[in-house]
Amino acid sequence: MAVSERTTGTPQPIGFSQSTAGRIGTVLRWIALCIAVVLFLVPFYLILRNALATESDITAPSWTLFPSHLQWGNIKELFNDSTVPMARALYNSAVVGILGTAGQLLLASMAGYGLARIPYRHADKIFYAIVATLMIPGAVTFIPSFIVVSSLGWVSSLRGLIIPTLFSGFAAFLFRQYFLGFPRELEEAARVDGAGYFGVFWRIVVPNSLPFFAAIAAITFIGNWNSFLWPLVIGQDSSSWTIQVAMSTFITAQTINIHELFMAVAVSILPLVLIFAFLQRYLIQGVTQSGIKD
Amino acid sequence: MSAPAKTSTPVEPAAPGARRAARRNKGIKGNTLWFWVFVGPFVLGLLIFSYLPILWSLVLSFFEAYNTATPSKFVGLRNYVDMLTDHNFLSSLGTFTIFAVFIVPLTFVLSLALALLVNQVKIARAFFRSVFFLPTACSYVVASLIWKLSIFNGVRFGLANTILGWFGIDNIAWLSTVSPPWYWVPLVTVRLWLQLGFYMILFIAGLQRISPSLYEAAYVDGAKPGWQVFRYITLPQLRSTSVAVLILNLIAAYQAFDEFYNLVGNVNYARPPLVYLYGISLGSIQDLGHGSAGALILAVIIMIVTLLQSRILGFGKAGD
Repeated sequence: MAVSERTTGTPQPIGFSQSTAGRIGTVLRWIALCIAVVLFLVPFYLILRNALATESDITAPSWTLFPSHLQWGNIKELFNDSTVPMARALYNSAVVGILGTAGQLLLASMAGYGLARIPYRHADKIFYAIVATLMIPGAVTFIPSFIVVSSLGWVSSLRGLIIPTLFSGFAAFLFRQYFLGFPRELEEAARVDGAGYFGVFWRIVVPNSLPFFAAIAAITFIGNWNSFLWPLVIGQDSSSWTIQVAMSTFITAQTINIHELFMAVAVSILPLVLIFAFLQRYLIQGVTQSGIKD
Repeated sequence: MSAPAKTSTPVEPAAPGARRAARRNKGIKGNTLWFWVFVGPFVLGLLIFSYLPILWSLVLSFFEAYNTATPSKFVGLRNYVDMLTDHNFLSSLGTFTIFAVFIVPLTFVLSLALALLVNQVKIARAFFRSVFFLPTACSYVVASLIWKLSIFNGVRFGLANTILGWFGIDNIAWLSTVSPPWYWVPLVTVRLWLQLGFYMILFIAGLQRISPSLYEAAYVDGAKPGWQVFRYITLPQLRSTSVAVLILNLIAAYQAFDEFYNLVGNVNYARPPLVYLYGISLGSIQDLGHGSAGALILAVIIMIVTLLQSRILGFGKAGD
């Protein structure tokens, strides 16, 4: 579908005065841009359309732009459907998202601060041991991680969903790089007042780093909320399904009504749309930071 | 404000080495303790949930282990030999290769094109950036669901077949047609929709780091705006971003699981390595020995490819 965006015309850097050819280029670029916008928004429109449609609207042999009527009752039907653990799945996802993000931020920021600021003879070795874990591709470790978590007896539990994901070497690395660039003068002022490492960290460094924390938090929360492979591995019992696992189960099984499934999708992307609306600046900052590193 | 000058050792704020040495003299014990208070919990977790699993997996890969995480019978390298001669595992690597051949160049070209388009727009730039970035927040499960049940729903209904119908083309069963391999269309487009915005943001950040004076110099030297400037100024200046995008993209492609699992399931014609490993190690027979061996083989392949890629692309950078 997205292939037609290749008609981008010739790129032209900012700062040149426009010739006639340049003007034609501009028109072509606008056309390309508008086609791309439509292609990118179509899936969102389909979520909305199908979430508010009747089942026969969605499965009708001839596809229509609008459903025959808007059926707001779909949301009630979804949560009342006793075969679908929707409320439970949303609760699990919220817990995993919030606690997972908070825990990861706390652990990684403290580790990053220690590595950046507290002199210790073996700090370099510890740092390399952390960076080395970045070399191991995340997804191929699901089998060994499953082995450890199952021998701890944490399968199908929130502990098993959250705790193993807290120790992100990548987040610790990002925090270390950030704290290396944190202005020392601010910390020195507090030191003169007699604060120790802990006091400086909590009262000076963290409050002055909130935009960076917000950036990492936005990225982490979205990652946790959307995570699929690990929750699928751990959630062997429907009481520990996250929203992603629940939806996946119903795509493959198709035992749920299709309009309910699309309503579930709409509900599941709601928190992300809110994050987008309020934290987009930090989100972009976080993406830039996390992408630049490699 | 500068540091208090109460110690006998001179403290130079500009020299971190000297500062560190001075601190160390003040109290190694205190610093060591605080270092571990800050870094210890993280390192402990990393040992338990990163190093221990990998070691355990390494041990297990030399053993027979069905339905158990405890090594039962030593088999040496047999699991590795089995996996490397396993037709299904090899064909999963083939599936990955085809996928990478589609997805890596397409993602690179299209996300760069989007970045250039958005960067040149003078009005509503934030709007366009948001639209292309928004899918990044969606999960593969959500996107797979829309793709499978709404856009590419094969036989009865679906947007793609409706549009083809306008041109008099018969319905296509997108996800199950193997020859021609139509299943690649949904598999590739779903990933493009989800991740183009991410790479676009990286390219926009790269574009904004290019100094305008370079473009002015090119203009003075008579370079034609458009292709020439793009080829000789923009593209070389984006070298490090391009390397990052290619490597991140290839690693992400190697780890493909979510969309394959949700769109086509565990089928032999389109099964990337992770779906296959998931099937054998957590399916009906929990074969953790072979699963561990396969996962380690995959990890080694990814690391070699990544190193090779960064080396090849890195050499180009040095020659600039």
